[in-house]
Amino acid sequence: MAATRTTATEAVQAIRDGDTIMVGGFGLVGQPLTLIEALVHHSDATDLTIISNNIGEPGRGLGVLLRQGRIRKGICSFFTSNPEAVEAAMSGAIAYELIPQGSLAEAIRAGGAGIPAFYTPVGAGTELAAGREERDFDGVPHVLQPALTADVALVRASVADELGNLRYRRTARNFNPAMASAGRLTIAEAEAIVPVDGLAPEDIHTPHLYVDRLVEATVHARDLEGAS
Amino acid sequence: MSDPRDVIAARAARELHAGEVVNLGIGIPNRIPGFLPADVEVFLHTENGLLGVGPRPAPGAEDPDLIDAGKLPVMLAPGAAAFDSAASFAMIRGGHIDAVVLGALQVSDAGDIANWTVPGGTTLGVGGAMDLVVGARRVIVTMTATAPDGDPKLVPECTLPLTARGVVSTVITEHAVFRIDRDGMALVELLDGATEGVVAAETTARYRVALA
Repeated sequence: MAATRTTATEAVQAIRDGDTIMVGGFGLVGQPLTLIEALVHHSDATDLTIISNNIGEPGRGLGVLLRQGRIRKGICSFFTSNPEAVEAAMSGAIAYELIPQGSLAEAIRAGGAGIPAFYTPVGAGTELAAGREERDFDGVPHVLQPALTADVALVRASVADELGNLRYRRTARNFNPAMASAGRLTIAEAEAIVPVDGLAPEDIHTPHLYVDRLVEATVHARDLEGAS
Repeated sequence: MSDPRDVIAARAARELHAGEVVNLGIGIPNRIPGFLPADVEVFLHTENGLLGVGPRPAPGAEDPDLIDAGKLPVMLAPGAAAFDSAASFAMIRGGHIDAVVLGALQVSDAGDIANWTVPGGTTLGVGGAMDLVVGARRVIVTMTATAPDGDPKLVPECTLPLTARGVVSTVITEHAVFRIDRDGMALVELLDGATEGVVAAETTARYRVALA
């Protein structure tokens, strides 16, 4: 089904208390800043589990949601970019799960692809494997990584067509395509929205069947206070 | 060369061969491109989704969609290819990266590496460190021989939380090059006028001397 065009404010009303939310981006690059701003200012949803490479930066991006006390748990590979998130996790203010970046990406990909879990050699024998099932393949220890899915995935694209086909630019792609596939409801923001057939079929990175809501991106990293 | 970081980076550059796909960690490894001979073109991979990482842009010329894994702006090298994170780590895990060069807090003579966290510290992040050392075909560690407090970093057993076991193939410090394989660790080269005695004094790992 084609994506529904809507506003960011309207789109984030789909997020409920206790939901698990995937948020694309690596740092602020490729982060759906328009949807995050709407979630911060126009939604009361709380007790959220956030799956993202990092919890934004202090007071920027997802860092604002953290300051609002609306994050229950973070599932990330790198909290360090936001010392406030590190502090919240260390003090027990939020629950957290730390996953190697490639296992995080693959867990999200698997979640969207109907694979419930996979074995990976990454992390085996380390403290990040604590509590996970381990198994040897060809004498090499592997750890079982469960897939990740979300109630809502928030992603950002460079260009969308009106059906919701998405195209990303440069390193702003990062976690966005996998997350678009792993959200039960996927909301995409795009910097430009073109008519149907405005993207060549082979240039589409995320086909529209993954995208439920489509929003124009109006917030950019350069607009954020303190952005370099 | 007086800056030990440049001694290490210059020697590490000689570990790379024309045409290889290489992932460089932050810190000392980022100095390596400046020491590569003109005829050694390597393809730099960054785990946030780019093969063909170019130089840093001039101030004001940054592309907001183009950063490396250290979140710093980069330019594209000719022929660059962009991809998503899952594909990028499939390349890493799948053994398609010829070499990773990265720093470490400790390396053991069995090739174990600890480089992602210090207990009681103020960081909470692993990023791609575990994926890279497990997946890359050669793991080259560039680090000073001792920690700021003087403790040796080449040790019999890592006491800091492990990144992976038995993955390091080469260690380059400001004084020496070590190779690690199934037979253990070997001192193969002295750097910058260092002596065997200097190296022995700053290394608690077990190693044999196999200088050329």
